[in-house]
Amino acid sequence: MLINSKNIVHKMSRFYKLCVAIVLSLTLLVSSSQVKAQDAAAGGAPAADAAAPAGGGDVEKGKSLFTNNCAQCHAVTAEKVVGPGLKGIEERAPSKDWLHKWIRNSSALIASGDAYANQVFNANGKVQMSSFPNLSDADIDGILAYVDQASKPAAVASVAGADNTKNAGGAGGAGPSTGGPSELFTFVLVALLIVMLLVLGVLLAIVTILSKAVTPATADGTLAASSFGQRLKTGLSDAFNNPTLRSIVIWLFLLVVTKATIDGAYSVGVQQGYAPKQPIAYSHKLHAGQYKIDCNYCHTGAQKGKSATIPSANICMNCHGVIKKESPEIQKIYTAIEKNQPIEWVRVHNLPDLAYFNHAQHVNVGNVACQTCHGEIEKMEVVEQRSSLTMGWCIDCHRRTEVNTKDNAYYDKLVALHKKESKDALKVANIGGLECSKCHY
Amino acid sequence: MENTSKRYWKGVEELRNDATFVKNANSEFANPDLSESSNDLDGLLGGSNTQRRDFLKVMGFGMAAVSLAACEAPVHKAIPYINKPEFTFPSISDYYASTYSENGDYAAVLVETREGRPIKIEGNPQSSITKGGTTARVQASVLSLYDIDKLKGPKRGETDIDWSTADREVVNQLNAAAAKGAGIRIVTSTILSPATKAVVADFVAKYPTARHIMYDANSVFGLVQANQTSFGKAVVPSYDFSKAETIVSVGADFLGTWVAPLEFMNAYAKGRKIGAVGNGKKTMSRHYQFETGLSMTGANADYRTPIKPSQEGLVVAALYNKVAAKLGGTAVGTPSVTVEHLDKAAADLAKSRGKALVVSGSNDPNVQVIVNALNNLLGSYGSTIDINTPVNYRQGNDQQMNAFINEAKAGQVGAVLFFGANPVYDHPRGAELAEALPKIALSVSFADRADETASLSKFITPAPHYLECWNDAEPKQGYYSLTQPAITLIFKTRQFQSSLLTWAGKPADYQVYLKNFWRTTRYPQATGFSSFEAFWVQSLNDGVFEPNKAAAATGGASFAGNVAQAAAGIAQRYKPTTGMELSLYESVGVGTGAFANNPWLQELPDPVSKACWDNYAALSQKTANDMKLAQNDLVTVTVNGKSVELPVLIQPGQADNTVSIAVGYGREKAGKSANGVGKNAYPFASVTNGTVNFASFTATVAKASGRHEIAQTQTHDTVMGRRAVLQESKLASYQKNPKAGRYEPKVQTSVGPTDPTDITLWNGYGKPNHSWGMVIDLNSCVGCGTCVVACNAENNIQVVGRQEVLNRREMHWMRIDRYYSSDAEAEDFSGLEVASANPEITFQPMLCQHCSNAPCETVCPVLATTHSTEGLNQMTYNRCVGTRYCANNCPYKVRRFNWFKYHDNDNYDYHFNNDLGKMVINPDVTVRSRGVIEKCSFCVQRIQETKLTAKKERRRLAPDEVQTACSQACPTDAITFGDMNNPESTISKILVEELEGRAFHVLEEINVRPQISYLTKIRNKDEEAKHNENARQETNA
Repeated sequence: MLINSKNIVHKMSRFYKLCVAIVLSLTLLVSSSQVKAQDAAAGGAPAADAAAPAGGGDVEKGKSLFTNNCAQCHAVTAEKVVGPGLKGIEERAPSKDWLHKWIRNSSALIASGDAYANQVFNANGKVQMSSFPNLSDADIDGILAYVDQASKPAAVASVAGADNTKNAGGAGGAGPSTGGPSELFTFVLVALLIVMLLVLGVLLAIVTILSKAVTPATADGTLAASSFGQRLKTGLSDAFNNPTLRSIVIWLFLLVVTKATIDGAYSVGVQQGYAPKQPIAYSHKLHAGQYKIDCNYCHTGAQKGKSATIPSANICMNCHGVIKKESPEIQKIYTAIEKNQPIEWVRVHNLPDLAYFNHAQHVNVGNVACQTCHGEIEKMEVVEQRSSLTMGWCIDCHRRTEVNTKDNAYYDKLVALHKKESKDALKVANIGGLECSKCHY
Repeated sequence: MENTSKRYWKGVEELRNDATFVKNANSEFANPDLSESSNDLDGLLGGSNTQRRDFLKVMGFGMAAVSLAACEAPVHKAIPYINKPEFTFPSISDYYASTYSENGDYAAVLVETREGRPIKIEGNPQSSITKGGTTARVQASVLSLYDIDKLKGPKRGETDIDWSTADREVVNQLNAAAAKGAGIRIVTSTILSPATKAVVADFVAKYPTARHIMYDANSVFGLVQANQTSFGKAVVPSYDFSKAETIVSVGADFLGTWVAPLEFMNAYAKGRKIGAVGNGKKTMSRHYQFETGLSMTGANADYRTPIKPSQEGLVVAALYNKVAAKLGGTAVGTPSVTVEHLDKAAADLAKSRGKALVVSGSNDPNVQVIVNALNNLLGSYGSTIDINTPVNYRQGNDQQMNAFINEAKAGQVGAVLFFGANPVYDHPRGAELAEALPKIALSVSFADRADETASLSKFITPAPHYLECWNDAEPKQGYYSLTQPAITLIFKTRQFQSSLLTWAGKPADYQVYLKNFWRTTRYPQATGFSSFEAFWVQSLNDGVFEPNKAAAATGGASFAGNVAQAAAGIAQRYKPTTGMELSLYESVGVGTGAFANNPWLQELPDPVSKACWDNYAALSQKTANDMKLAQNDLVTVTVNGKSVELPVLIQPGQADNTVSIAVGYGREKAGKSANGVGKNAYPFASVTNGTVNFASFTATVAKASGRHEIAQTQTHDTVMGRRAVLQESKLASYQKNPKAGRYEPKVQTSVGPTDPTDITLWNGYGKPNHSWGMVIDLNSCVGCGTCVVACNAENNIQVVGRQEVLNRREMHWMRIDRYYSSDAEAEDFSGLEVASANPEITFQPMLCQHCSNAPCETVCPVLATTHSTEGLNQMTYNRCVGTRYCANNCPYKVRRFNWFKYHDNDNYDYHFNNDLGKMVINPDVTVRSRGVIEKCSFCVQRIQETKLTAKKERRRLAPDEVQTACSQACPTDAITFGDMNNPESTISKILVEELEGRAFHVLEEINVRPQISYLTKIRNKDEEAKHNENARQETNA
């Protein structure tokens, strides 16, 4: 009896240490998750001050006009895309006036019998250039100025620099997605720690048992007589019969299972990382990344309404009417048009019906970059769902994001009211961005 | 707590304090008697019969299903256009101006379409006739487009055929008929379209024996005939109720069903608006109604007198005599009749000479001649009546229709075509026609379904719904309107006009025909257009073309009717009876039965009786007592040897010894929703002296065995004994004190009586940006129910059917409470007895009040209902776990619980149970599932959408830019919605004036601070109420 109780005391001290270790590890876990939250908050901050535009002027306007109207068919370099590269265009063309006429309505100029116009037309495989009757002389001059600037090597660098800041802004805005790896890292770290602690605990237990087995109690001769095997057996069965150890193991098991269940339950319906195979191997990396086609060119609804819209086949045909017609993937579009059967894309981002999301509110009004939610789409060969699209994710962003109130009279009253009450920036959450009926109705 | 000396009650049950009523009143979710309910899961899950093993089985299966479903997320497809129309974007609504013209009813409309499918109908504010208003039927018409019971293509008998076969065979037989010289008859309801009439004329030119016959199920041919004899014009004149100071209607339900209710409602309400909503006007029209059953129009009258149908002619003649005595006309000799308010009406009419209007719903030309004479005497022609601008809403000719049936019976008809007409069902002589129809060599119906007439026809060549059609309309002389398709043809149907053109051997494209027709007829009337194309595009864009609008109403008319002869006719026909008399009426929702298969209309409660999904025999309490009948007892009603069995509904206000029955029910071949609902009452109508007569002076009512429960919504959700729900006054008191009738409760505190709003537990919510609110004018609301159907359409509200309404589980977010009341003191029991015989009626639209101290929010255990910074009480369905505490705690009883998943459920086989019907769903609003509470959201989807439009345009919201479905649909502008934070909005302007006037909150004493204010009901009644009360008692004694 005495020995037993002694043993228990002995073991207790060991397990006391084990317990302390577990408590310690839990504390670490909690504090690391706090660190994670701070990371995320810090990650969000650059998003706010990222989008400060550089000086305006003709070039700036010309750039946006170029991206929206010209970039689909022309490059600023000498490289031919659909139409010829625009490097040195002003030197090539007969006059600026000629360029104005040509850009506004090239077919009229060709029809008028203009020699250079016909030459350009024939040289480029007799492909009709779209007309832009809405562009003013100033607009066109702006575009030309931009082309001129962009085609010079130094200017290219500066433009690239601007692009970089833009990308950085996008990445900064994508707080949770950049937070992704660090989150994983913390998780792995904590998991390792727990495993190591468990191993440590088990080792300690084994050491205890073994030490008992190897060095029998000398005070009492009876025990010394038992064999090593027997002593090991007794030690193990003692450990199994020990209620404290048993309950700790059971509780640990239950905790782990509960945590796994809760995590599992939260991830039901979350399709983060979903990247289904599409009927046509369309590459955003090529179109948006390499050719820098503006997102709005194809996703025409993003500025206008709830749905950003998948482009209809006629939008593809704007370019693929002439480019890469023979590619088997593009032939699929031709088949669809000929058979009058729409292309059935697989939807990547699925919100449940109970949540209302409107692209125009975010893209047009909020001036949120597409990448903020969709990730670096311009680097994706196959589109995947980068964000979790959970309600927590939405709410996080609404808490963090400043309202784009610039030049928007709708917000004037709210801004004035907010300034009276607080010195902080006006966040979406301050103007009812967390209210239920903003998204659920 | 009583605010006035009045007592209000929602139904006879409440006045009598029936045991079942008391029991149910205290439990919002009463346990229904499930003996009749076959589709209830309660027996399996909640009832006492549940076996433990069953429970475990269900549970286990549920778990298995859930885990299986969770294994793999379903793959959703995103399918773009192949060739996207340039200006159409998915998720953004397009609106097309069009025209609703069905069976002569007219409304200029805007059709909201999403991705090419119409989802909602709005009124077109450009029309000077309908002024942006709609009716319940117009609102519901979009659902008929997606009716699964429609035919998918042409048919010969039971066989499906293709169009070329149909054309070949029909043309052969038409030629055969023409060769024989046998008559070809085109039978239609009223056609408003001049172009369609031109097509018919072309057809007649090809087949000279053809003749076009129009008839209306609810005919006003008597009025047309009377105008022929009185003025030499066989027309229905324009009426302007807004100009009338005294309105007397003898049996005309002009706000609900008579001639052009949409136009009349708006004009009538204009004359009834006072204070801030009536441009500061402090006077209103006075309205007398003499009628048999309590109609919606009667419910709005200041003085209403129940009369028997046999008194109708005599009342008109007596009124004429009394007015003639004052204004110097010749009296006519008819038997005298004593009914209440007749002298008073005559006196008021004479006083407001030149601003008076008398209308009669009678289809007896003699009665209408006297009415014409009366109006002539009162100088109404040229002021409130314009006979020089006739309306085309009812062009039916009962004589021609009668002659056609005689011809058909005699075998003189070689071919007959039915378009928009179902005479076998809705003509008094339908049974005779049904017998004669098989004898006619060629019969073709253009019905969209194999209805009662079409199923007896040789061919059915279905015509599409109006939203799939090209057409035009001329509702009123000189006012034109265009119908353009808002969706491509859903089934293999073809327009009536195209079919006629094909059979007449002409090019079948009706769009081209219509355009050419407008080029030759309308374009010359237009000014300021460079080309026809420009005019055409503008007209299509506007939907209406009104060259006559500028022209002022042209003078009066010289009356040349023979009053003495008409009086003699009346004296001969109308004789006092002592027995039972019958009066048929058209119901405000289902109408003449053409739209009976529309579940929205079936579930819309009748404005007065609040019954749905049935018709019934309405009897007065006294008559029911005399016959020992109770509500829901079955009776056999017999007229001229024909009888039907119907349940009894005790209707206060019904004339004693009369029974009123709605037509439009008892369809047999209309489709799932309509078949077997109610009984067909058309056979009770008769053709008397060449006009269809909806009354019978010799009816018998006998008790039959059994009961049939009528699904009424009126006694659900009572006011729990709280009385300050309605506040009303009389015009004279109002003129002295704009606050007349207001109840301003005080709460006793340590510092004496204070306003309830001064003491509160809550901190309140700031509404920094917008504060959405609503003002409902009880004087303008006529109770038509348009808002209810508009709300159904906008918010995807489920149809639950008769049994669930009986179980008190209707889902309507908005209801129109109808209260009966009397001048009698609550303690004056004998006075109340009299009052319940002919009570005053008040309509009160009731919806979520969006309380700022919302009782529902504080009791929700899961925060599923919360408050927004814009004053909205938000309901989050996905968060709701269905405790129903909120509904229990709602003082207004406006929260609805989804007892079942009503969509994709065979037990609720309405439009949500098939893919075609689901096309009407508004994609911006969640379809609620089982186990959650829902309620009015103030159309938050519209608020959000309009705000986004403003933000995209970088501007503030314009005043009144946001409209809820109900406020937009309301034909009388009784509902004003807007931002109370914007001083420029109409609602702010009204409230600035009326907060110290007529505006009150319902149940102010409980200080929940609703966002909805009501404006007191003002009746244009004389003050000496007590005196009248005694007089009334004497009359009844």
